[in-house]
Amino acid sequence: MGIELRNITKKFATYTALDNINLNINSGELIALLGPSGCGKTTLLRIIAGLELPNSGQILLDNKDTTNLPPRKKNVGFVFQHYALFRRLNVFENVAFGLKVLPWRERPSRSEIQKRVEHLLTLVQMEWAMKRYPSQLSGGQRQRVALARALAVNPKVLLLDEPFSALDAKVRQELRRWLRKLHEEIHVTSIFVTHDQEEALELADRIVVVNKGRIEQEGTPQEVYDQPANAFVYNFLGNVNVFHGRINKGKVTLGNHQFDAPEELKNLEEKPSQSFVRPHEIGISRIQSSDSDLLGTIREVRLLGGQIGLNLECEGLDLPIEAEIPREHYINLQLARGEKVYVTLNRVKVFTGDYEI
Amino acid sequence: MLKQTTQASPPVLKKRISDPRWVQILLIGLMLLFFTGFIFLPLALVFAQAFQKGWSFYLESIREPYAVEAIKLTLLTTAVVVPLNAVFGLSAAWAITKFNFAGKTALKSLLDLPFAVSPVIAGLIFVLLVGSRTPFGSWLGEHGIKIIFSTPGIIIATLFVTFPFVARELIPLMEAQGRDEEEAAVTLGARGWQIFGIITLPNIRLGLLYGMILCSARSIGEFGAVSVVSGHIRGQTNTIPLHVEILYSEYNFTASFAVASLLVFLALLTVVLKSSLEKQFQNNSLEH
Amino acid sequence: MMEFFQRKRRNILPGFGLSLGYTVFYLSAIVIVPLSMVLFNTIPMGWDSFFHAVTAPRVLASYKLSFSTAFFSAIFDALAGLLTAWVLVRYRFPGQAFLNALVDLPFALPTAVAGICFATLYSPIGWLGQLTAQRDLHIINTPTGIVLALIFIGFPFVVRTIQPVLEELELETEESAHSLGATRWQTFRKILLPHLFPALLTGTTLAFARAIGEYGSVIFIAGNLPMKTEIAPLMIMTKLDQFDYAGASAVALVLLLISFTMLLVLNAVQEWQQKEYR
Repeated sequence: MGIELRNITKKFATYTALDNINLNINSGELIALLGPSGCGKTTLLRIIAGLELPNSGQILLDNKDTTNLPPRKKNVGFVFQHYALFRRLNVFENVAFGLKVLPWRERPSRSEIQKRVEHLLTLVQMEWAMKRYPSQLSGGQRQRVALARALAVNPKVLLLDEPFSALDAKVRQELRRWLRKLHEEIHVTSIFVTHDQEEALELADRIVVVNKGRIEQEGTPQEVYDQPANAFVYNFLGNVNVFHGRINKGKVTLGNHQFDAPEELKNLEEKPSQSFVRPHEIGISRIQSSDSDLLGTIREVRLLGGQIGLNLECEGLDLPIEAEIPREHYINLQLARGEKVYVTLNRVKVFTGDYEI
Repeated sequence: MLKQTTQASPPVLKKRISDPRWVQILLIGLMLLFFTGFIFLPLALVFAQAFQKGWSFYLESIREPYAVEAIKLTLLTTAVVVPLNAVFGLSAAWAITKFNFAGKTALKSLLDLPFAVSPVIAGLIFVLLVGSRTPFGSWLGEHGIKIIFSTPGIIIATLFVTFPFVARELIPLMEAQGRDEEEAAVTLGARGWQIFGIITLPNIRLGLLYGMILCSARSIGEFGAVSVVSGHIRGQTNTIPLHVEILYSEYNFTASFAVASLLVFLALLTVVLKSSLEKQFQNNSLEH
Repeated sequence: MMEFFQRKRRNILPGFGLSLGYTVFYLSAIVIVPLSMVLFNTIPMGWDSFFHAVTAPRVLASYKLSFSTAFFSAIFDALAGLLTAWVLVRYRFPGQAFLNALVDLPFALPTAVAGICFATLYSPIGWLGQLTAQRDLHIINTPTGIVLALIFIGFPFVVRTIQPVLEELELETEESAHSLGATRWQTFRKILLPHLFPALLTGTTLAFARAIGEYGSVIFIAGNLPMKTEIAPLMIMTKLDQFDYAGASAVALVLLLISFTMLLVLNAVQEWQQKEYR
């Protein structure tokens, strides 16, 4: 089912959590709400679920205004950051809860409930734990039970609030892939909140980047990563090198160097600018390939799994540059600390404005 | 409070630095001396006095009609007071911990008010409110309703002095548990009473029980407030503590202590229940 | 109109109106309205007769007695409570759990029972009264007896407020002090005592507040001699027996004002303390 948010604003006593949010979500999509903590993404999710009321604006589920419906009538499944499993009910009872509290006309028979719960627990691979209590399960297991519980009521929308943030790194990875697979199987419109850009990039069909109560950008992971709308998005989606400089008449000045400014900024008068380069988009070479290459000295070499991280001090730049190159490339070049190399900045993104990092 | 008065037994206390042995022995000795004078001797005294004239006199003292009437009245009072204050405690804790509203802090401190009031004043205020010499009281009297110097007065005064017990236990407990589970239940389609009955109540059952035990103990033993509103009519408005007082002031010490020993049993039972609940509570919180 | 509907459903969880409504109703019916009667019965007196009632020599003597006995008992409780909490938290010895549970006995034991116990214990032929009588020290019918009864009543307040703080206190703090060369006594005085002080103050104030209002455990041992061993709550009782409702209210009002002020100050101190530590 499609979701439409119109002009959602939410104010708390001292600050505005959400400022005029507009968003359309198509049926069956898996959407990530990505942003730093305190940016309002969880509030937005809770507003969709009806757990919070907006000061103004509307929430339409399948073109029907549900803004003032109580959560009970919204038919959304909500998965809480800290699972919120019912501690006095066992796993089976937890998952069956949503079915058992239905008015008796709509309530399935005992055996149907049994079948449905078993099916769901099999789906989340927790069928073996039916008689256990939440306190006897690990974090990852609890989160899967919480998911099964949310799915039990056949929600039209599934909302997940930082579902993996309380888990350790390995379990998080596992559950992520598993959730992606599950979504492909059941195809329910899903929104999850995260502050982890990797998680958003890996899982989501579409990413909505939120900052300070506003949507900075929405788009596929590819779009958001490759064509960030602004400096915030670029910076939030991965490690970056930032160069503060000036832009003037089609030229960007960085320290002693000058670059051609991107097409859309060609006609700007003199202005401060920030240029961004991702560490893995920096080329390292023993030979100079163009005039714009910088000469740098390797100050530090770090092993980052399959990549090698280099800390370079470049002539004419105030701040050192972080670069990442494939390990193989590193071995081929036979680099070592203290050596001089040529540094090529590929795909420099230039933004103007007062954005601060 | 349940959370604060935990058992003095942290699971492992690493034995690293500690006081010298002689200091330990000295301090434990001092404490035992204090306990002897203020706890053990009074307890021993009750039983020594109660059984001074033998077993049959003891039984007679607690079986004579006035004593039986006093026991009945005390039980009746407790049976009315504890459920009423428990319902209130649940209601207050629900309002205070599940919602945000203006004046919440003020409401919270008002709940503790009866603890700051002398029992005698607790009795006095009801005499002032519904005593036969007040306008409201005389109006009630004309309609044949007597509150002061009769059972309703005893119940109301006891309600006042035991008022905060349940709420005080539940509020910190429910604050610590948060609203997550209730919110989850709401998104799963549960209605108010379903949420309360299936989710909240089981979560707080120990705290509720604890509060009710404290409430019962106080309502069985309340003396000052009840003494003001009772009128001390034997066989009618005497609770157990008042009966003890009357026997004592009549120099019928043995009978007085015999009846008092019943209260001591109840107090010891309360203390045991209280500490075992605390232990259970600690184990529970370790699980989560 | 829109605003109106949104206001209607401001809360997500059900039962706000019902629970808050019932809470306020019950609180008013059982506590607020009855307590306000003290005020309503005092106001018509006028200032002069109020002042006269609360400053009558017998009333003043009863206040003085109540405060001084409550004060001394609270001080004693502070010491005994600190000692008990320390021993129960820090040491391990057989029978400890039993003693720990018994700390609550004064909470659980009806005050009248405590009263007749102490009166009998310290009567000239009682177990302890015999001993003191030989030394010409009379306990029963004296302020000393009142203090003893009040010590019993207030004791658990101090222990139960200090215990959790002591339990949470990191042993490391002490160890680091120790490793820096502080003696055990220095560590206690310079590190532990300041840390325990807020809890100790709270517990002692609670014991004090309780002692001022205490009735049942005191009247048996006090002897209730006017001007000598008549406590303030008993003063109220006496005035009530004489149907002097206004007088009783006046004495009660003063007592209430003092208790409330004390607890308000305590609350303020606690809040201030918490802010300090954040």
